[in-house]
Parts: sequence; structure tokens; C-alpha cells
Amino acid sequence: MASVPPSQAASAPAAIRPYAESRPRAARTMWGDAWRRFRRHRLAMAGATVFLVLSAATVIGPVVYRVGINTIDFHASMAPPSAAHPFGTNDLGQDMLARVLYGGRLSIAVGITAMLMSVTVGTLMGAMAGFFGRTTDLLLMRVTDVFLSLPSLPLLLLVIYLYRDTLARLFGPQFGIFWLIVVVIGGLNWMPTARLVRAGFLAVKEKEFIEAARSLGVGTLSQIFRHILPNVLSPVIVSATLSVGSAIIAESTLSFLGLGFPPDTPTWGRLLYDSQNYLDMAPHMALFPGLMICLAVLSVNYVGDGLRDALDPRRLP
Amino acid sequence: MTGYIARRLLASIPTLVLISVVVFGILALAPGDPLGQFAANPDVPPEVRMNIRHQLGLDQPIPVRYVKWATAFIHGDWGYSFSSRVPVDRLILQRLPTDLWVVGSSYLVAVALAIPIGVLSAVKQYSIFDQVATTFAFIGFSLPTFFTGLLFIIVFSVRLRWLPFIYNVQVTDPLGMVKQAVMPVGVLALFNSASLMRYVRSSMLDHVGQDYVRTARAKGVVQRKVVVRHVLRNSLIPVVTLLALGLPAVFVGAVITEQIFRVPGIGSLLIASIQNSDTPVVMAITFVYAILVVLFNIVADVLYGFLDPRIRYG
Repeated sequence: MASVPPSQAASAPAAIRPYAESRPRAARTMWGDAWRRFRRHRLAMAGATVFLVLSAATVIGPVVYRVGINTIDFHASMAPPSAAHPFGTNDLGQDMLARVLYGGRLSIAVGITAMLMSVTVGTLMGAMAGFFGRTTDLLLMRVTDVFLSLPSLPLLLLVIYLYRDTLARLFGPQFGIFWLIVVVIGGLNWMPTARLVRAGFLAVKEKEFIEAARSLGVGTLSQIFRHILPNVLSPVIVSATLSVGSAIIAESTLSFLGLGFPPDTPTWGRLLYDSQNYLDMAPHMALFPGLMICLAVLSVNYVGDGLRDALDPRRLP
Repeated sequence: MTGYIARRLLASIPTLVLISVVVFGILALAPGDPLGQFAANPDVPPEVRMNIRHQLGLDQPIPVRYVKWATAFIHGDWGYSFSSRVPVDRLILQRLPTDLWVVGSSYLVAVALAIPIGVLSAVKQYSIFDQVATTFAFIGFSLPTFFTGLLFIIVFSVRLRWLPFIYNVQVTDPLGMVKQAVMPVGVLALFNSASLMRYVRSSMLDHVGQDYVRTARAKGVVQRKVVVRHVLRNSLIPVVTLLALGLPAVFVGAVITEQIFRVPGIGSLLIASIQNSDTPVVMAITFVYAILVVLFNIVADVLYGFLDPRIRYG
């Protein structure tokens, strides 16, 4: 019985037990601290809000705003923004707001799924290279180097152009192309994450607590995922956030070059592609989808910036 | 140093071989026929089509085709374009001057903007200038070039009618050439200077707090000299290597800008060739980009060692 019994502690003089009377505080965790620091980053909070509002609008929007994306009305061709069409109409008289909302769903979905894909691949590659070392490390890092030297934009264009018809035939025009785009963008973007994770693993696996875990007989998988991975997660989260933005840009680039989703699927990049020939008569056709891309990417990048500061343990509150 | 460069060049050969295998594999395994145009044409009888296939060697197995392509490529025979019947290397060389003029000048403008702004921003950290500059850099870095390009066209061509929005190689008078290059160069320069400026600023900030800077101040060196002679010179080391590393990316990234302004550079040749299934051209351009990336990686490492005497290559 080393601890002081409660009755004895309560009877001690007030002056030497200042903590007993203060309110019990919730334990401070690393994630709690990070959240507190993140909240103080005004631009990051603004970015998070904007991105959530945008995502919510694209998910709920088409349900609430019931205007068909393919309703053609030649009388209202290229109409500027008005009460009936808040974002105006395109050359076929289709409502731009409906198309922007619907397209945003796809653009944001591609961004997030491609990010998940690249982070998963990158983390697995980096973790294996860093944990097992030796030949595995050499081999995987060689693969990473080759991928880093691949010219990504030409390859992206090439693969999508060559394979999209087959995949569209096999899995349906939207579903097949969605996964093709996600896999190709994710498959060409995992290298920075792999390097970050590998560096983290190399540093953490030499620490005493891993040695302790190993001597207690903790299995390999558990060592990797339970003990080491959580400690190298911060830079991965930051790079994952930023890669959502770059994936949205990559998808828009493809669609803008006419090599993304099929023409009747209005992603943001596709809407910009369609607007190119009408810039003089209907600039709103380019402005609204373009602004959406910028808002989405900018807000994600600000969130990443805020997370970088918030998750850096060297920055004490 | 020569030994180091030679070793790096040798080590890059397997990487390049792997890349060429990947690109060749993607093209060779793709569904669809490089002779798709002939297949769609009912006037071409099947025997003739088989003959063409045989002539082009398309009836041979993929590894054989790869080895044939690779040996020809090394010997400088890059094949003929399917759509224009011109040797691929001549086609690329034709486009090169335009590319160098537009992309090259945009990179120069980007550097000329990024270094002074980055330096001032770091020297006056947290000042209003710094905040405005970093905010603009952040926005410039996040805006995709295809949107800034369209914005430029709306503002400068459609509204103000100052600049032409289609690039025309036939224009030869100096004023016209500059005028039509302003927008593509501006779009690329904005994007590149934004990310460069962030690097210059953070590299400067890494150095302002160092001991040798305090020593220089203690000796009574004036602020201007401290910044330019001591801090800037050292902070430019990573920036210069970054410039070398970024150059291939700038050429590849210009694909989009070239497409918007119809600049007849290598990027727009690539897109047109992809859309025409012009396999020899696509393969050559993609591989040239890959060579550029690998080569400039080596250039960056060598430059780093050259600029920073602390680094010695054994």
C-alpha cells in the first residue's frame, strides 16, 4: 500500500494540496492537442469548413435542387446567371448549377478515393521497406525510384486513352472509368508517402519501446501496425490531405484535355473543356466550374497546411 | 567528380530500360489496334491489312518487338509517324524551338519573380509584404493552369481585347511574337514562381538564424551585404538544384497550357498523337520526357556537389 489513503489525503492542510481542489481535467491526448492547435489555425478551419460545405452541397445538392443535368432548352441557351438558373446555362441550355453540383460529386469522390489508394499503397510499400530493410528495402526503393522517374502526366493520358473504352465496356461507362482514373492517379502518386513512411519506420524501429515489444513476443504485423505505424502517421496525414487536392487537379486535367469521363458526365474539368469555345459569349460557363475546382483545392491545401502545424510535436501549444 | 558522373549515368541505364519496358508494355498490351484507322476503312481488304501488319512487324511477339524498337531507338531511328509519314525525330525537332521559347522564357520569368519576392518575404518575415506574398503564392500554387489560362483569355482577350488567344507560328514581327507569348508564358510563370517562391523563402529562413549570419552582423557587415552575400548565396544551393529537378516537370506540365493557347509545342504534339493513336510519336515523346527526368536528377545532384563544397563524392 504505497499510495496515500483518501481519508488521509483529505485531512492534509489545504495549502499543500492545491490540485485536490481544482476541477478534474480530461486527460490531454496527442490528438486532442493537435485538434486544439488546428482549431487555432484560422485559415485551416476556414478551409475545412469550405471543403465540408462543398462536399455536402455536391452530395445533398442534386437531391434538393431538382433540375435535370441533361434537360435541354434551346430557348435559354447560354443564358447568364439569373433567378431561374443561378449559375446560368450552357450552349444547350442545360442548367449549370445542376451540372456543377453533380460533377462535383465525381470530382471530389475521385480526389478522395485516389488519395486513399495512394496512401494505402505508399504506406504498405514504405512500411515493408523500412521494417524489413536489406534486400526488401533495396528492391522496393528501386521500384519507387523508377516510378518517380516516370513522366506521370503523359502516362496518365496514355493509359486512360488506351484503356478507357475496354473498361467502359466491361464495367459500365461511369463505374469503369471512375476506377481506371482512380487507380491510375493513385498508382502514380504513392511514392512520396512511401518515402515518408520508410523514413519514419527506419527512425522508430530502433527505439527502445519497439525492442521491448519485440522481446515481449509481439508479432511482426502487430509491431508494424500497432506500434510503429501510429508514430509515423503525422506526415502521412499531411501528405494525404494535400494529395486530395492534387488528385482533384489531375482528374480535372484529364477531363479538360477530353480524356476523362465520357462527354455526358459533367465533371468540373469536363465543364471547363466544354466552355472553351464559348468564352466570349458565356464566360460564366468557365467561371463557375473553375471557381469550384479552385475552392476545393485551395481549401484542402489550407487544411493540409494547418494539419502540418497541428501535428508537429515540436510546436508545443 | 567525373567518376561520379560516369557512375550515375551508368546506374541510370537500368532505370531507363525499366521505364521503356513499362511504356512499351502499356502501349503493346492496350486493347485496340494501332491500325484502327485501316480497320475502320472498308476499302482496305484483309490481305492488305495483314501485309501492313507484317511489314510493321506487328505479328511478332511483344518481347521481340520491344528489342527491335529499343535497338532502333538507340541507333537514332525513332520510326515514322503513322499520321503524317514524317520521321518522329524530325517532328519533335520541328516543335522544339516553340517549346524552348515559350517554356524557357516562362521559367526565366518565374525565377526572376520568385527569388526577389522570396528573399524579401523571408527577410521581413510576418510583415504585411510577407503575408500578401505567401498568400498569393499559396493561391498560385493551388490554381490549376487550365483555369488561370481560361481566366486570362476571358480578361485579356475577350474583355480587354489586348492579346490574341491563339498562338500562331506564322507571326514573325517581334511585337506580335511577344504579344501572343504573354499569356502562355504568364500562366506557366505564375504557377512555377509560386512554388519556387515558397522554397526560396523557407530556404532563406533556414539560414537567417545561423551562427555565421550572427558573426557577419557582429563584424559590422551591413544588412544588405549580409542578406545578399551570406544568406542568399547559401540558401540558393537547394534552390538551384530544385530548378534543375523541376525543369523536366515544367516541360511536361506545359502540355496543358499549350493545349489551351494552341501553342504548337511538343506537349500539343503528344496530345494530338495520343488522340490519333500515333504510337511511334507517343512512345518517343514519353520516353524523351523520362530521359529528361532521369538526366536532370543527375544534373541536380552534380550541381549540389559543385555548389556545396561540404559534399564530396567518393
